[in-house]
Amino acid sequence: MGNKQTIFTDEQLDAYQDCTFFTRKEILRLHGRYHELAPHLVPMDYTNDPDCKLPLALIVNMPELKENPFRNRIVESFSEDGMGNLSFNEFVDMFSVLSEMAPRELKAIYAFKIYDFNVDNYLCKEDLEKTLNKLTKEELTPEEVELVCEKTIEEADLDGDNKLSYADFENMITRAPDFLSTFHIRI
Amino acid sequence: MSEGEMAQLMEEVEEKKKLIAIIRNKPWRMKRRLVLLREAQQFVDKFEGALGKGKGRKWYAYKVMMTKKWIKFQRDFENFRTACIPWERKIKEVESHFGSSVASYFIFLRWMYGMNLVLFGFTFGLVVIPEVLMGLPYGSIPRKTVPRPEQPTAQDYSVLMDFNGYCKYSVLFYGYYNDQRTIGLLKFRLPLSYLMVGIGTFGYSLMVVIRTMAKNADVGGGDGEEGEFTFAWKMFTSWDYLIGNAETADNKYASITTSFKESIVDEQENQKDENIHLRRFLRVLANFLITCSLGGSGYLIYFVVKRSQEFATRDDLSWYEKNELEIIMSLLGLVCPPLFETIAELEDYHPRIALKWQLGRIFALFLGNLYTFLFALFDEVNTKLLEEEGIKNASIWALKEYYANYSMMMNDSEATPPPMDPSDVIRGPCWETAVGIEFVKLTVSDIQVTYLTILIGDFARAVIVRFLNYCWCWDLEAGFPSYGEFDISGNVLGLVFNQGMIWMGAFFAPGLVGINVLRLLSSMYYQCWAVMATNVPHERVFKASKSNNFYMGLLLLILFLSLLPVVYTIMTLPPSFDCGPFSGKTKMFDVIMETIDLDLPAFMGTLFSYAANPGLIIPAVLLMVLAIYYLNSVSEAYQNSNMELKKKMQMARDEEKNRRNNTDSTNQVMKDLEDLLPNRSLAPPAPPEPEKKPEPEAKPTKTKPGAAGKGVNLQKDVALATPNPNARGPVRQPPGPRGPGPGPGPGQGRGRGRGPPPR
Repeated sequence: MGNKQTIFTDEQLDAYQDCTFFTRKEILRLHGRYHELAPHLVPMDYTNDPDCKLPLALIVNMPELKENPFRNRIVESFSEDGMGNLSFNEFVDMFSVLSEMAPRELKAIYAFKIYDFNVDNYLCKEDLEKTLNKLTKEELTPEEVELVCEKTIEEADLDGDNKLSYADFENMITRAPDFLSTFHIRI
Repeated sequence: MSEGEMAQLMEEVEEKKKLIAIIRNKPWRMKRRLVLLREAQQFVDKFEGALGKGKGRKWYAYKVMMTKKWIKFQRDFENFRTACIPWERKIKEVESHFGSSVASYFIFLRWMYGMNLVLFGFTFGLVVIPEVLMGLPYGSIPRKTVPRPEQPTAQDYSVLMDFNGYCKYSVLFYGYYNDQRTIGLLKFRLPLSYLMVGIGTFGYSLMVVIRTMAKNADVGGGDGEEGEFTFAWKMFTSWDYLIGNAETADNKYASITTSFKESIVDEQENQKDENIHLRRFLRVLANFLITCSLGGSGYLIYFVVKRSQEFATRDDLSWYEKNELEIIMSLLGLVCPPLFETIAELEDYHPRIALKWQLGRIFALFLGNLYTFLFALFDEVNTKLLEEEGIKNASIWALKEYYANYSMMMNDSEATPPPMDPSDVIRGPCWETAVGIEFVKLTVSDIQVTYLTILIGDFARAVIVRFLNYCWCWDLEAGFPSYGEFDISGNVLGLVFNQGMIWMGAFFAPGLVGINVLRLLSSMYYQCWAVMATNVPHERVFKASKSNNFYMGLLLLILFLSLLPVVYTIMTLPPSFDCGPFSGKTKMFDVIMETIDLDLPAFMGTLFSYAANPGLIIPAVLLMVLAIYYLNSVSEAYQNSNMELKKKMQMARDEEKNRRNNTDSTNQVMKDLEDLLPNRSLAPPAPPEPEKKPEPEAKPTKTKPGAAGKGVNLQKDVALATPNPNARGPVRQPPGPRGPGPGPGPGQGRGRGRGPPPR
C-alpha cells in the first residue's frame, strides 16, 4: 500500500477506520468527493484538522442524494448544528451509517432522526404527514393522508400517546424485512 | 501495585479494548468518537505495559505485540480484499437506475463469479496443470490420441463444436487423464488429487453457501407477520435510498402512491370473497393444468434423449438432429415460465404470493427436466458399460493379431514387436467422457439461448419500439410491447440451475468450470449493458422480501441434488477400463483405499479399517440422530421462552401506558438519541433568534422530565453532549455534580481516562 498520500496522517486514517465502516481507500475516496463539492473551500491537507464546513445546498446536490425526497433531513440529522452544514467528519459519518455494513440498530436510530421533521424526538402526526407527502409528491387526497397517518400510529404506537417514540419506531422497524436493503446508500 | 488494583486495571483495559472494537456501532457524533477512541487507545497503551510486571512479563509483552500485529494484518487484509472487489461502479450505476432489487441479481452474479473462480483455481491448479506439466504428452498413449478412424475429421469446425475430435481427447474431459499412481519428479498422485478435488468442490461450495446464508439470516428481520405493520412499513421502508436517477425516482413515486392507494382500498372495503367456490375451483384447475405441463415437459425430454441415443448410431444427421436435446431443453426453459404465469392468472392471488408460486413452479420445472435428463443419461451409461465387455475382448484379440502379424512380417518370432501405434488401438466407449460432453454441450447451448434471448427479447424489442413508434398507429412505448422489464427471478433461477449443472458435470469434465467462469464474466458485462440500454424500471416493485435467503436456499438444495449423481457414480459405477484416472479399478474410490494402504503409515490403515467397521458406524449414526433430536427440542424450548418474553414485554408496555407521565428514561439508547439532537448554538446566527445557551456541563438533563408535563419537550433543554470546544471559550468547569448513571461527556471526561472511575 503506497504511503504517498498526504491528505491524512496514518494515525488519522487508522482512527477513521476504527470509527467508521470504511476502509482506507474508501476514506480517501470520500475525501475526494468532499473536496470536489467545493474545491476552493476544502483543503487538500487535513493533517491538522481544519475546521471547514460545507453548506446544505452543496451536499444535497450530490448524485447519490439528489433524487432522495428526504435529502434535506438526512443532511440535517448528521450535522452538528442541525442546519445541514457538514464538516468532513460528519460527512464520513453520514455515509458510514448509510453504508451496507452498518448494523440495524444504528440505522434505526438515524432513520428515526431523519423522519422526525420537527426535531422533538417523537414522530407525531405532522411528521408522518410530511413524510407521506414527500413520498407521494402530494398525490394523495387529504382524507387519504389522514387515514394513512392514523393507521400508522395505530399500528406502531405502543404506549398510547398518539405519537411514535423511539421505542415504538424501533420495535416496528427492526421487524421490517426491507429496511436494511432500502436504507442504504452506496458511495 | 496490589493484586486487587491490578485486576481492576486489567478489567479497565479490557473494557477500553472492547470499546475500541465496537466504537463504530455507537450512535455518537464523529468528533466524540474520535476523541474517545484516542483516549481509550492512550489508556490501553499506557497501562498495558504496566500490567506486564511480574513473572509473566516477557510473555505478556510478546502476546500484546502479536495481538497488535494480528490486528494490523487483519486490517490490511480487509483493505486489500475490499480493493479487489470488481464491478462496484457498474453495480452502483444499475442500483441508481433500477433500485436495489434489480441490482441484487448482479450482486448475486458477482458472488457466483467469485465462488466459481475459486473452484476453477482448485481444478486447474491441482488437476489440469499437473497432468499437462508432468503427465504424458498428447499422442503417447491410446487414451490421449484421436483414434485413426476419426483423425481425418478431427479438426473440422463442426466436429469441434460438438466437442468431439481434438476437443474430446484433451484436458477438458475425464478421458484424457492417465491412471498412473504417481507422476513426475514430485510423485504427484494424480488420481487421488482428481477424486479429492471432485469432492472438495462440493465441500467448498457447501461451506460458502451456508456461510452466506448465515450472514443473510440476520437481514431477514425476524418474524414479523405479513399484515402487522403494513402502513408503517410502507411509509418508512418503501423509498429506496439507492435511487439516483430522475426517471427511476418518478417511477418510484408513482409506484409508492399506487401502493398506498391499494392498501387504503383494501382497508376500507374489507374485501370478502364473493365466490369462494369458484375461486377454489379455478385454483385447482390451474394447478392441474400446470402439473400436466410439467409432466408433459418431463416426458418430452425423456423422449428426446432416447431419440438422441438412436441418432448416435447414425451418421447422416442434420444440425437440428444433432443438437435436438439441448435445443428442446432450452426451449422448454424459455416457454414454460410465461405459460405458468398465464395460467396463474386464473388463481387470483396477492402478487407476492403469486410470485412465490411462480418461483416454486419454475423450480419444479427445471428440476424435473434436469433429473429426467440425468436418468436418460444414466440409461445410456449402462448401455455403454455393457458395450465395454465386448470391446475389451475385441481389443485384446486385436493386439494378439497385431503381434502375430508383426512376427509373420519379420519372420522372427523372438523379436519384441514395438507397441501398437496409439491411434490404432481399439478404444472403449469411455462413458465418463460421453457424460462430460453432454453436460458441456448443455451448458454451451444454455449460454447461447440466454444471450440470444436477451438480444432478441430485449434489444430487438427496444429497437423496434423506439424506431417503429414514429410510424405506428398506437403508442408502442406506452401500449403493447413497450420496453421490457428486467426479469429478476427468471434470471436468478437460470443462474442457480446453471450452477447445478456445473456441479454435476465438473467431475466428468474438469474444463467445465473454466467455461463457466468465462460465461459469468461475459454475462456480467453483457447483462449490465443490456439492462441499462434496453430495460425500464419496474412499475410495481415487490421483492419477495426474504428473497436473498430464498435464492440461497435454492442454491443449497440444488447443491445437494447435484451431489447425489456424482456420489452415486463414485460409489457404484465401475470406471471405464481404458480411460480416465481411475481406469482399471473396480470402483472409483478404490484410489483412496490404495493410498491408505501404500502411502500412509501402517497404523493409519488399521485405524481406518476400524473406523469403517459397521459396528462403529451404526452407533455414530445413532448418536447423530439423538443429537439432532436434542437440538430440536432445545430450539423449541427457546422459541417458547421467546414467546413468553414477548408477551411480558407487551404487558409491560401496556402498564406503561398508564404510568406514562412518571417514566424516567434509563434506556441508554434514548440518552444517546437525545445527545444527537442538534446544538442550536452552533447554527450561524439566524436573524432574531436568541442565542440558546446550553449549560456548560451539557449534561443530560432530560432525565428529569418533571418540567414538561406530557413527555419531554426537548427542544429547549437539551444540548449535545459534546460542547464544541472551538466555538465556546475555555470555560471548562470541573466536572461538578454529575447526575447518577453513566453520563458520557467526553469533553469533561477527563476523569474517565485516568485510573478507576469515581463510582
